[in-house]
Amino acid sequence: MTAMQTTRRGFLAGGAGLMLAMTLPLGKARAQAAAAAAEPFAPNAFIRIAPDDTVTVMIKHLEMGQGPYTGLSTLVAEELDADWAQMRAEGAPANAAEYYNSAFGTALLIQGTGGSTAIANSYMQMRKAGAAARAMLVAAAAEEWGVPAEEITVKAGVVAHEASGKSSGFGALSQAAAGQPVPEDPPVKDAKDFVLIGTDVPKLDTVAKTTGKAVFTLDVFRDGMLTVVVAHPPKFGATVASFDDKAALEVSGVEMVRQIPSGIAVYATNTYAAMKGRDALTVEWDDVNAETRGTAELFEEYSKAVAAGGVTVEENDDIAVLEDAAQILEAEYQFPYLAHAPLEPLDAVIEVKEGKADMWYGCQFPTVDRGTVAQVLGLPLEDVTINVILAGGSFGRRAQGSAHLAAEAAEIAKASGRDGAFKLVWTREDDLKGGYYRPMTVHKLRAGLDVDGNIIGWENVVANQSIMTGTPMEAMLQGGPDATSFEGSSGLPYNLGAKRIGWAKMESPVSVLWWRSVGHTHTGYAVETFLDEVLVAAGKDPVQGRLDLLPADAVRERGVIEKVAEISGWTGSTRDGKGYGIAYVKSFGTYVAEVVEIENRDGVPHITKVWCAVDCGIPVNPNVIRAQMEGGVGFALGTALHDRITLAPGGEVEQSNFHDYPMLRISEMPEVEVAIIQSDADPTGVGEPGVPPLAPAMANAWRALTGTKQYQLPFSGAIS
Amino acid sequence: MTSFTVNGRDVDLDIDPDTPLLWVLRDELRLTGTKFGCGVAQCGACTVMLDGMPRRSCVTPISMVEGSEVTTIEGMEGPEITAVQTAWEAIDVPQCGWCQSGQVMSATALLQQIPSPTDEDINNAMAGNVCRCATYVRIRQAIHDAAKTLEG
Ligand code: FES
Ligand code: FES
Repeated sequence: MTAMQTTRRGFLAGGAGLMLAMTLPLGKARAQAAAAAAEPFAPNAFIRIAPDDTVTVMIKHLEMGQGPYTGLSTLVAEELDADWAQMRAEGAPANAAEYYNSAFGTALLIQGTGGSTAIANSYMQMRKAGAAARAMLVAAAAEEWGVPAEEITVKAGVVAHEASGKSSGFGALSQAAAGQPVPEDPPVKDAKDFVLIGTDVPKLDTVAKTTGKAVFTLDVFRDGMLTVVVAHPPKFGATVASFDDKAALEVSGVEMVRQIPSGIAVYATNTYAAMKGRDALTVEWDDVNAETRGTAELFEEYSKAVAAGGVTVEENDDIAVLEDAAQILEAEYQFPYLAHAPLEPLDAVIEVKEGKADMWYGCQFPTVDRGTVAQVLGLPLEDVTINVILAGGSFGRRAQGSAHLAAEAAEIAKASGRDGAFKLVWTREDDLKGGYYRPMTVHKLRAGLDVDGNIIGWENVVANQSIMTGTPMEAMLQGGPDATSFEGSSGLPYNLGAKRIGWAKMESPVSVLWWRSVGHTHTGYAVETFLDEVLVAAGKDPVQGRLDLLPADAVRERGVIEKVAEISGWTGSTRDGKGYGIAYVKSFGTYVAEVVEIENRDGVPHITKVWCAVDCGIPVNPNVIRAQMEGGVGFALGTALHDRITLAPGGEVEQSNFHDYPMLRISEMPEVEVAIIQSDADPTGVGEPGVPPLAPAMANAWRALTGTKQYQLPFSGAIS
Repeated sequence: MTSFTVNGRDVDLDIDPDTPLLWVLRDELRLTGTKFGCGVAQCGACTVMLDGMPRRSCVTPISMVEGSEVTTIEGMEGPEITAVQTAWEAIDVPQCGWCQSGQVMSATALLQQIPSPTDEDINNAMAGNVCRCATYVRIRQAIHDAAKTLEG
């Protein structure tokens, strides 16, 4: 890139072509002043048009498999009238002002990915950015060709003026376009004119991921880089009392050993030496503040807590009506801690040189991490650069309010006592034993029926730890209860008579985090299996029974339930030795209903087919939506069948790798049929909403087939 | 000193003989297409060809590789890998992508041995390859599609 020049209205022109830098808070265009020091990869831009016609979109949401590289680029390309083949995507670096997520509120600007918000919060912003760039290309062409702008058309990457026969690609116009004024509020297309939105454009990252060429964190190498693994305490809340690194330092390749706040760091010239060095450490841990209760003991305490009723977080009428019920049903559910287990374990590369720090990793909360790294290293924010690259899965694991991974990387750099590059690597054992779990949870449910089988009252008490408390995210609670603990138990669409939702907040040093669909992972299961049981007790069909409980205006809820019943050929009974179950859960603004077909193979549930109906508003890329539903089904199924993190008495985690925390295998994967509801509502996310309905639909099918009620997950065994 | 070939290239390394092939490929040779997911032969992300057979490189000490031919995803050639990658791309199999090098290697090995695999063959050959994103529906489809292309 040659020297940058600042042009009017904040456009940056240079050898690399047009860079459109704008943020659109509240839908209003606001050009960013060009930073004097801006470089081609400067962060204050969404769109970069190069002389070779390629259009690169800076993606402010982490690409971890859920598709924002493709989805957000589609929105830009649509309004830019680009050809899909010229589109590229790149992770946007940490910069709160440019890349904040509007769905996380504006009190504190956070650049981050979560809550299936990527498409929802980018839908207008990316389209407006594309539309503005298009208008500027057109204005530049009009000026150069001396023709009226209104007569110029743009189609599939070609700017043309029919009467004069002139035409051009974007690249050749980018310099001139950079000098054009930024349209304040460029018009966007009518949905009926969409060319790309709503079609299955090929994903931008597929080829690199099929050939082994995609670059993830573990693939980043810097000059003189050392690889670092950390010995973490075996119990949550424990700290280092003393350690002996003599044997570790004798391992060939081990360069140094340092104590850092999270444990003992071993630095080596290669990964294997670092691991071997860690194995050779002797560490004494101080357990004074550690969690020493085992899972069985914790469940007993949780059980007492739900019996006590918790604090009321939602209530309409007096739940005392239950005393007049003709029939009362009750159940208590137990859900274990769960690890996210992204297939690429946590890792990060940090390089500190002459008072500046650079990081490369699949970072999900860039601005939170950036602040933390600056603080640990005592650097001004501007001197910390976070380069966001592809992540090998996350499912919530990389979205850390505590910024613990970035902090650990920074502590490693700091403890080295010198400039240098370091790659922090967590092994699978570190990952599964390392906490930040989906909170273990107990639900107590009670429902009352009148003599006609109508539900007259519903009480649901939830006990678990709060995810947000104790992190910078706590500010978002504004002093209220942490709704991520009970979302989905609260806010139900069904008419259930008198209703009370209670929450008992539990405490433990075990760290917890959002796990793909967060509260809905357990509330969806408890609510939808218990409701099914209640409907059957009242002599009702699970599909019709649910529809009857919905108010007249619950059109989208009704839509997905009816659709899934239709495509699955729902009859309400078992056939050919197969059981069927339904569940419906709305999460993150997206409505999903699933029907599961199940077989009993020698007492083991085997799912043969899943039907899924999803309403996520305007489907931006139907292929990606289907992929996320398929993946959500498989992710939820593997977990429901096999997974739990348990603590032994004394507090140590009992699982260590995939032999005792099994992943779903291809032989267990059912056929999945997805129906997408056509809608003109604004689009909502699809990364998480496919997950919650699967396990309850499966349990409902299993009960229909075998009569067995499943009040504990996973299916593979009761939690002792 | 351990001597072997990687993607047709001679390699001589003076390194701890216990070092797993995976870390030699990644850290020493910078062939990063081969991934790490578990380190204990439970996920298949590290699958490479050792003398033409699929092998978990995370549990293959470098001492065992002496005199062998190693092929990683970067060095794969032939009709099977081409058919597999083309089929993978046609239906956008990858999500996060971390497992996919290993999936592609195992699928290629399967098609080299069984040109028209049944669902059961696929279940057996791909059982050791975990996809945490659960792209299994498409993996199965793409293997069938690749087999059809190879039939010609
Ligand atoms: S890393 Fe080798 S099988 Fe998982
Ligand atoms: S695509 Fe993510 S693990 Fe397979």
